[in-house]
Amino acid sequence: MSALDQNPALAVEGVTHRYGSRTALKDVRFEVSEGEIFALLGPNGGGKTTLFRIITTLMRPTSGDAQVFGHSVRDAPHAVRRKIGVVFQQPGLDPKLTVFENMIHHGRLHGMLGNTLRNAADALLAQFGLSDRKKDYVETLSGGLQRRAELAKALLPRPEILFLDEPSTGLDPGARIDFRNELMRLRSETNTTVVLTTHFIEEADHADRVGVIHEGNLVAIGAPDALKKEVGGEVLTIEAHEPELLREKLGSMFSCEVKSVDGSLRVEMRDAHAAIPRIAEAFPGEVRSITLGKPTLEDVFINQTGKRFIDADEDLPAAEARKS
Amino acid sequence: MTPYLLCTGTIWQREIVRFVRQRSRIIGAFGQPVLFWLLLGSGFGRNFRYAGGGGEGYLEYFYPGIIAMVVLFTAIFSTFAVVDDRKARFLQGVLAAPVPRSAIVLGQVTGGATLALLQGVLLLIATPLAGVPLTLEAALASVLVMGLIGFALTALGLLLAWRIESTQGFHSIMNLLLIPLWLLSGAVFPVAGAHPLIGLIMQVNPLTYGVAALRRTLYLSAPEAVANLPGLWVSLLVMIAFGVVCFSLAVRTAERSEG
Repeated sequence: MSALDQNPALAVEGVTHRYGSRTALKDVRFEVSEGEIFALLGPNGGGKTTLFRIITTLMRPTSGDAQVFGHSVRDAPHAVRRKIGVVFQQPGLDPKLTVFENMIHHGRLHGMLGNTLRNAADALLAQFGLSDRKKDYVETLSGGLQRRAELAKALLPRPEILFLDEPSTGLDPGARIDFRNELMRLRSETNTTVVLTTHFIEEADHADRVGVIHEGNLVAIGAPDALKKEVGGEVLTIEAHEPELLREKLGSMFSCEVKSVDGSLRVEMRDAHAAIPRIAEAFPGEVRSITLGKPTLEDVFINQTGKRFIDADEDLPAAEARKS
Repeated sequence: MTPYLLCTGTIWQREIVRFVRQRSRIIGAFGQPVLFWLLLGSGFGRNFRYAGGGGEGYLEYFYPGIIAMVVLFTAIFSTFAVVDDRKARFLQGVLAAPVPRSAIVLGQVTGGATLALLQGVLLLIATPLAGVPLTLEAALASVLVMGLIGFALTALGLLLAWRIESTQGFHSIMNLLLIPLWLLSGAVFPVAGAHPLIGLIMQVNPLTYGVAALRRTLYLSAPEAVANLPGLWVSLLVMIAFGVVCFSLAVRTAERSEG
């Protein structure tokens, strides 16, 4: 879809970034087409936020470049800033100003003023169901409403591409779905390109394409369904008393690769459900449990990195939140 | 309006609005210096005569110094706000907007300077209490000087604030650098009677010239009272130069900052 795109909305061209001796990004390259919703999925500490800060012009990469509608973040950050709307992970609204005042402030920074600005702000607040809260201080809004106000603010200068850093963090499931629906509507109404980072598997599942990033490497990229297909038909997760012993036996029984992840065994195969009774009969005393699942993006991650997503997540509180 | 001025203007306006909405900042920046003036001024007043003075009491001598302190405190509080903005990541959003860094810094500095000036004007009301023979001309000239001092001190504060991650860090800078800058500016005691080393530091301290300019404008109608201070034009030039240098350095710091 994007590899052949002549004029990508975003082209990340071999971005490498180091903090001292630590390499946060290693030669990352990918493209996002206009009108696409693209998710960068990865555990915290994997390099997503570094990449985010580079493509939003807040940080220069150690090497490589990124183009936003043909403008280099390295050489023409100002031109890039005219094209982009950004919602950062941390709140970017001033809590001591009203919702409307925040909108006006942001609009003026983008060269808007007068009635044009006020009307545009009013229209967006109406669209996001915030009209009745426009005179309230931002600090009095719930987390979900603040996020919506952030999105409204970012959209005020009509950006061609919207960057969102962990938009779902701190939102309850209802607000998360609301937010996702807003993005979908935005894309269908204005063809705005959306690039978001996330460590929520479910959020990435709703994107047109996903780039999986781990330890600074882009380990997989493609549409969620296509990525899952690459994993295989179905996934069996087997808990065993002697995993290593069983691993060898299963390997020779099905002549396919059996992975050991965190003490459990994973097998990907076309008709895994049919294998369940065979395994149960062949190794009665050795198997504690067998779970059958369709591959998820988590399986894609495991397939590429050999690690469970949650274990790769360095940020424990966020990992805890993901479990619940 | 050009986008540059629009950006500067909206950042300026936000500084003012935020200040007005935070009552503690008004009290901090205004109440404390007044309290200092009354307590220190009347406490010292009966006990000390300073060398080289024109015969006025300490309350009168200390009065312009307190105006300088109000301006300094307001400037410091404005720069606190920038540290907070960076910490709260509000500034990230500003930095990702298509605006020159200098327009952002100019908005912040003029915001701080305006607040400093307004507070100074409020203090001018106490002039008769201090016994300073203030005329309208002198008052207007003094207000301009306050704005100038406010600009330079806010720019100095910003130059530091754009590098510092925490308000705690800024507190130590304030105690080690900004308060001594004020103490050794002729605001509290004159250069004439000080230890030679201290006197030397005072002579190279740019704020000495700010306070001198303020004394000269306050006593516009009675120049003989401030005859032993640096001249008005020299003082103004030094202060303008100091302001421009601090502002340029603050812009450079902001340009290198990653929000």
